[in-house]
Order: sequence, then structure tokens, then C-alpha cells
Amino acid sequence: MAKKKEEDLRFKKFGTVSFTAITKTNDFVSHLEQGKVMGTKCKDCGMTFFPPRADCYKCLASNVEWFEVTGKGKLVTYSKLEYGPVGFEADLPYAIALADYGTYKVFGRLSKNVAESEIKVGMEVKTVVNKLPNGQVNYVFEKA
Amino acid sequence: MGKVGIIGVGQSAFVRGFPGSIRELAFEGFKECMKDAQMSVKDIDATVVCSAPEYDKQRSPAGVFAEYLGLTPQPTFYVETLCSSSTTGLKLAYSMIKSGLHDVVMVIGFQKMSEISSAESQERMGRGADIQWESPFGTMMPAYYAMHARAHMAKYGTTPEDLALIRVKASTYGQINEKAVYRKAVTADMFTDPANPMAGPVASPLRVGDCCANADGSSCIIVASEEKAKAFSKKPVWILGIGAASAPVNMAGRDLFSGLSVGEIAGQQAYKMAGVTPKNINVAEVHDCFTIAEMMAYENLGFAKPGEGRELIRSKATYKEGTIPVNVDGGLLSKGHPIGATGGSQVRTIVLQLRGEAGNMQVKDPQIGLVHNIGGVGLYGNVLIFGR
Repeated sequence: MAKKKEEDLRFKKFGTVSFTAITKTNDFVSHLEQGKVMGTKCKDCGMTFFPPRADCYKCLASNVEWFEVTGKGKLVTYSKLEYGPVGFEADLPYAIALADYGTYKVFGRLSKNVAESEIKVGMEVKTVVNKLPNGQVNYVFEKA
Repeated sequence: MGKVGIIGVGQSAFVRGFPGSIRELAFEGFKECMKDAQMSVKDIDATVVCSAPEYDKQRSPAGVFAEYLGLTPQPTFYVETLCSSSTTGLKLAYSMIKSGLHDVVMVIGFQKMSEISSAESQERMGRGADIQWESPFGTMMPAYYAMHARAHMAKYGTTPEDLALIRVKASTYGQINEKAVYRKAVTADMFTDPANPMAGPVASPLRVGDCCANADGSSCIIVASEEKAKAFSKKPVWILGIGAASAPVNMAGRDLFSGLSVGEIAGQQAYKMAGVTPKNINVAEVHDCFTIAEMMAYENLGFAKPGEGRELIRSKATYKEGTIPVNVDGGLLSKGHPIGATGGSQVRTIVLQLRGEAGNMQVKDPQIGLVHNIGGVGLYGNVLIFGR
């Protein structure tokens, strides 16, 4: 009898609650666990993708390589949630936000280390890996 | 090729906890529409059924409704673009008629949101965005729109007080619309009183009062070819322009946060097709799922320049007596937002306005009306222009 193929369910570890089990970008989670937030870049046309993609719609190819999100981004906008969807109650309150790195943007959460009085649209932020209490992993924006 | 007109409109009352199943809910809008059109089910050539999935357990509701409403054996199918589902259905009906395939098409929109809790509903709605890359952060619709509100405030100096004025306007008309779920008055000082529920924080800078109410509801529209419209109706309302657009689902893929690109693009398409400009619009229904959404719609549709939407609400230009009346039926904020039924309800309001049958909400002698219906967080956008 053929042995049951082992499934690669790494993406289940992304975020407080992951809604995706399998993706061609499962390595994203392994990179997070190694402390790196990474996007992908098409080796054929050079287009950068964040969030990472496995496929380039321009080149109709799946020839991508990983690059690390480093340096400073600018806070485009944010919102602090006082009420959350099912599954996120323990995280409240938390702020979701968008950072602009020039050639790409990153959607994520603001770190709880950033005091509310310090948050300003346009401020410089860096994207860092964040281990969640329930064993999951995501990334957050810290003051740069 | 002839024109395409609307010859029947109906909706249920928008309520909390409709005491019946989805087919019975659909019957409410259907009944009003059939009485309005004075037609028989045999006159309907095809049906399009619209809602956002996963609020109730029924898969493929189109066949269920066709049976319950006596619309078999005519063809029927289901379509969704989240909160803009029923105007997408209307666009399809228009295309089916224009192609010559059918003469009379019914568009039914519905949503029964009360079968799940509010937090579950936020989770469902949040999953109408990017579930792979955004939902794991704990997103929900009010927070996404709040990010747009923050961006609008940072760029233009719009204030929470400006947003409150939009809710105050909505309540002005919600109080006189017997179909509305929220019939109470809302005043600006409620937003500054920390003890008032309206001021309660949801997702900064949006407060409870900035958000529309979930509701159960259905809507129904009958669309017909020019020949059939003239045969069946004394007052057909013609579809003059249709625009539709999409935007990247992940916020990271977008450039505009102080507005919704889909509203802008769909609006430009609709104006061009209809051969009119924003100045020609006499009455409009815009997608005010949140106060900031109406503010952005003013600007995306060209009723105001970017950043100047607040002047419209401060000067009451968007009230019934103003230069460009907007959402004078209470809008989503007070009338309620049963997702799949919303677009059809907006169309019903504009059709009644253009017929001069809007009762105590009637704008003076409108010639041209506009509907702006958004799906998701500006993921989909439909703009339709109607004339008498």
C-alpha cells in the first residue's frame, strides 16, 4: 500500500488565525521562524511582490526568488481595533496598518511597543517578526 | 439597439432578525415588485439571484427562489460581488437584454445576516478581503474603512465631526423611511458624549455611529427591453450608463487610500456612457456602509473635488433640498445594509425618485439619478445612471 503523502501545512502557523493551509509560498513561514520577513521577486522581469507570490502574471512563469524586507518604510495609514472578529478576541486591542517601502507596500500590524501617542501617518517604521503567545507567528511594524 | 428600462421595483423592510427563512425573505421584495409592475410570473424570462455567500446555509439559492416564487421553468442563476452583488446582477440583466437573449429579467438581492452573531459576521466580512495575507492579522470591514478615514484625515484635515454630520443626515431620512432598520434620530453631540453608544470605539477613528447596521432584507428589480418596458409600464426608468471596476484585494497593492479607485473608475465610465457630468445628477444613492465611505463617494463621483467632500455635508448640499441630494432614504447607515439586497434597494429608491413616487423623501422633480454600490473594501464598484 502506498504511504500517505505527508502534507506541508506550514502556512497554518501564519497569524493569530490562518485561513490558508497550503500555498506555494509556504517558505514564507519558515523564513519568519528564522526571523526574516520576505517577499518574492520575479527572476525574469524583476517585479517585486509583497505579499509574496509564487507566480508572475506578466511572464507567465513561476521563477521567483526570495528577498528580505529590510530598511525603513513609511506608515501610510492604520486603525486600532477595539472590537475584533471571532478568533482574535485575546489580541484586542490591536492596530492594523500599511507601510510603504517605495517599490512595494506591506500590510500588517503595529507593534504594541509603539505608544498610541507616538503613532503618526508618515512616520518611519521597520517590519519585524513577532512570535504570538499561541505559538503562531506574524510580523509587526516597530518605530524605525 | 433599443434602450433598457426598469419597470418594477420592490424591497422588504430591512429588519433585525427576520422571522422566516431566506425564501420567505425573498418573497417580501418580490411581492412588492410584482405588485408595482403589475406583471405575472409568466412575463419574466429569466432571474438573477444575488447575495454574499456564507451567511445562511443554503447553497445555490437561485433554484430555491425560482421554485418558491413560481419562476420555473425559466432560467435562473446566482451571482455575487459581496455588497455590490445586486447591481452586478443588474448589469448582467442589462447585458442579457441587450444581447437579445431575453426581454424581461428579474434581479433578486437578499441577505439574512441574523443567523450568525455580529462577531461571526465580522469574520465572514473580513474574509471578503485577502484571507491568505490579511485576515490572519484580524481584519474586519470597519477597520479597513477606518484606515481610509485615517488617510483622508491625514491628507485633507477631515475631522470626526465631519463624519458625524453624515450620520446625522442619514438618520434624518431613516426616521421617515418605513423600510429602514434604524428609525431613531442621531445628533452630532451623541458622538462627543463618551456615555452615548454612538461614540463607542470600533476601529479608530470610526465609532459605532460611523458604521451601518447589519440587517435582514431582500430587494427585487424587473428590467426590460425598450419595447417590453413601454408595453408593460407607464413610467419606465431608463438605464443610461453603467460602469464597473475592480481593485487589488490586498491593501498593499493599492495606491489610493483617501478614496476608492473603483468608485472613481466606474463613475467615469457611467458618466461617459450616459453622456452626462456630475453636475447633471439630481439625486444619488451612494454606498455609505461607513460615514467615510459616503465622504469618499462625494469625491470619487465628482460631486466635490478630492478633499472638499466635507464642504458638501457642512453646507447640507447633500440634504433633500440641497444641490446634490444623497441617500435621502437613510442610506446604508440608517436604512440598514443586508449585503446582497443593498444595491437593489438603492436602485428602487432612485426609480421611485425619478417617477416622483418617493413620498416624504421626494426630491423636487429629478431628471437624472445615480447609484454607487461598492463590494468589499473597494474591491468591486458599480455605478449606474438612470433617466426618465
